[in-house]
Amino acid sequence: MLSDTDGGVDARRHPEEPDAVPEPPRHPEEPDAVPEPPVLEAADVTMHFTVRGGLGRTSTVKALEHASLRLRRGRIVALVGESGSGKTTLARLFALMYTPTSGEIRLRGEPVGPRRGRAAREYYSEVQMVFQDPFASLNSMHTVRHNLARALRIHGRAGRDDIEERMHALLERVSLTPTRDFIGKLPHELSGGQRQRVAIARALAVGPKVVLGDEPISMLDVSMRLDILNLLARLRDEEDLALLYITHDIAGARYLAEEIHVMYAGQMVEGGPTEEIIQNPQHPYTRLLLGASPDPARTLTPGGSSVFADVEDSGEPPNLTDPPPGCRFHPRCPFATDSCRRAFPARTELPTGQWVHCWLYPSGAST
Amino acid sequence: MVRRLLKDWKVRLGVAVFAAFCLLALLGPWLTSALLHQSPTRLDLNAVSSPPSSKHLLGTTASGQDVLAQLVTGTRESMLAGLVASVLGTFIAVVVGVTAGLAGGIVDSALTGLTNVFLTMPGFALIFVISGYTRGGGPVVIGIIIGLFGWAGGTRALRAQAMSLRNREFVLAMRMLGESRWRLAMSEVLPHLIGWISAMFLGGFVGGVLAESGLAFLGVSDPSTVSWGIMISDAQQGNALISGMWWWFAPPGLCIALLGASVALINFGVDEISNPRLRGANRALVKRAQEASRAKEVSHAR
Ligand SMILES: Nc1ncnc2c1ncn2[C@@H]1O[C@H](COP(=O)(O)OP(=O)(O)OP(=O)(O)O)[C@@H](O)[C@H]1O
Ligand code: SF4
Ligand SMILES: [Mg+2]
Repeated sequence: MLSDTDGGVDARRHPEEPDAVPEPPRHPEEPDAVPEPPVLEAADVTMHFTVRGGLGRTSTVKALEHASLRLRRGRIVALVGESGSGKTTLARLFALMYTPTSGEIRLRGEPVGPRRGRAAREYYSEVQMVFQDPFASLNSMHTVRHNLARALRIHGRAGRDDIEERMHALLERVSLTPTRDFIGKLPHELSGGQRQRVAIARALAVGPKVVLGDEPISMLDVSMRLDILNLLARLRDEEDLALLYITHDIAGARYLAEEIHVMYAGQMVEGGPTEEIIQNPQHPYTRLLLGASPDPARTLTPGGSSVFADVEDSGEPPNLTDPPPGCRFHPRCPFATDSCRRAFPARTELPTGQWVHCWLYPSGAST
Repeated sequence: MVRRLLKDWKVRLGVAVFAAFCLLALLGPWLTSALLHQSPTRLDLNAVSSPPSSKHLLGTTASGQDVLAQLVTGTRESMLAGLVASVLGTFIAVVVGVTAGLAGGIVDSALTGLTNVFLTMPGFALIFVISGYTRGGGPVVIGIIIGLFGWAGGTRALRAQAMSLRNREFVLAMRMLGESRWRLAMSEVLPHLIGWISAMFLGGFVGGVLAESGLAFLGVSDPSTVSWGIMISDAQQGNALISGMWWWFAPPGLCIALLGASVALINFGVDEISNPRLRGANRALVKRAQEASRAKEVSHAR
């Protein structure tokens, strides 16, 4: 590969963070935060998809470039970015549905490769996913009972005597009460919000440490959304879950998450504590997003109209089969310079706990 | 699911007719010998080529055999051939198609290659040659041959279905629970293919009956057995058509047509049921259509 993105790789590789070493020395990302190690971590992962076009031609979709993300106990990390920015791809890498082109996924610091059989089961007993469309993620031919029973059985979390009891307890935890009314239902007999609760209960049944939520509320009625958000917040607080919350809706992310990470066209551009990102965005793209948002300081509107519709007026996100070299935002960025076109900037840590990938910030200015 | 199926009048009719044939195949030969005191092979030389009468309810053949007795015995033989052919053919199609669709990669390529080989083989000609070689050999042998050479058609559809189901989110979600491949196939994917599979099964059944009749008609069959096909073939050789002996060839022909129709009726219903969303959509559509027509009536009335 001779593309310019390779130059970006080198420029971005932080001197203190060589990727080959399994346990890199950690940055004090948040100076005053708990230095607890992450449960699940994406370390510098890149994902290129090879797609076959007509006439046997193939092309490569560069869906994700050198993304790093850490999930910690009892914390929610929101991942925001417009459509096609690679959010689902990152979640699916965490779910081991793809093998990363480079970089690795680590569970409690241990690299995880592709797994099958018992090894996969072990991983999935800690990492679960809640999909976007609760109609698609529940088999239309199986009852709530089947979904929960399988989850409990596979992971040996219930025996013959207590399985009913456990299933009812799970439904209780996701507030599907009276549980007796729900346990025998088929998906099409439930509302979208109820279906999503079943999907959440199924994920919880295995007793996971990490739950990956890929836009879990975007397909639901507006009236249901806040309930589901509150349910997720409760799970974080009561069960100490680590949660990845993928969304288009910055207000929802602000309501729920401790940290917000912003992606653009497969690159992580900025991240940090929620309020810092909202009040004090540094990256030009984040500023564009929040500036376009009708009221960046607004409190929660669970309806959450996407701000990306407005942002798209200022230009199209790039084609990922042939992305712009360097910082992929440069064709739209008012501050773009030659270095932006040459290489992707390294991560710059700011004293506020934020980090940003942008040439406007002196490289290596980490605290 | 079965109960929902039986709510549909088409399905009920189809099942009733099909069940009647099954009963006839099971009990018929005993009934004809015990109640009507007729045998399909005994020659009644006092009543040759006689039209239906109280003694021979469906008349006799040119050599004096009782047509009803033949028809009833033929039901058993023909349906046995159909059953063997469809059980075997559907089983192979499901195993090959679903495995290929779910496994992907090299397994898929190999199985698809195999399917294509069987698909491009001139099936009926081969069946003809092989059953000529085995001298007919009765309904079971014919059924096995038909099943072995007739599975490829449905396999491609099943493979395509399984392939699209493999990446559906509910399958991914169950895989993320750690569900084994076997259970993913059996419990998550196969239920969605019930419609296809039962349609294939029933279609294969009728196909088997037809193929058996065709072979018998062409004379590739064990002449000591009696099946619908052999009856029609005998009738043709006995010039039944020219001499107006309709009672000889019409009953077996009608039976074949009836069996085919019953299967088609059942398939309609299965199609609807195996896809709950389709069913809901249908209902919504019907409702909307009804409302529209009512609205029209109202506006006409004004
Ligand atoms: N399996 C795949 N094969 C080929 N290309 C893929 C595949 N999965 C994703 N992509 C491509 O990768 C890019 C990122 O997709 P991804 O689904 O991760 O975006 P997203 O941020 O989740 O978007 P959305 O907000 O619409 O869900 C897209 O251009 C998409 O077309
Ligand atoms: S200034 Fe350069 S690096 Fe920063 S966002 Fe704009 S184009 Fe990207
Ligand atoms: Mg997505």
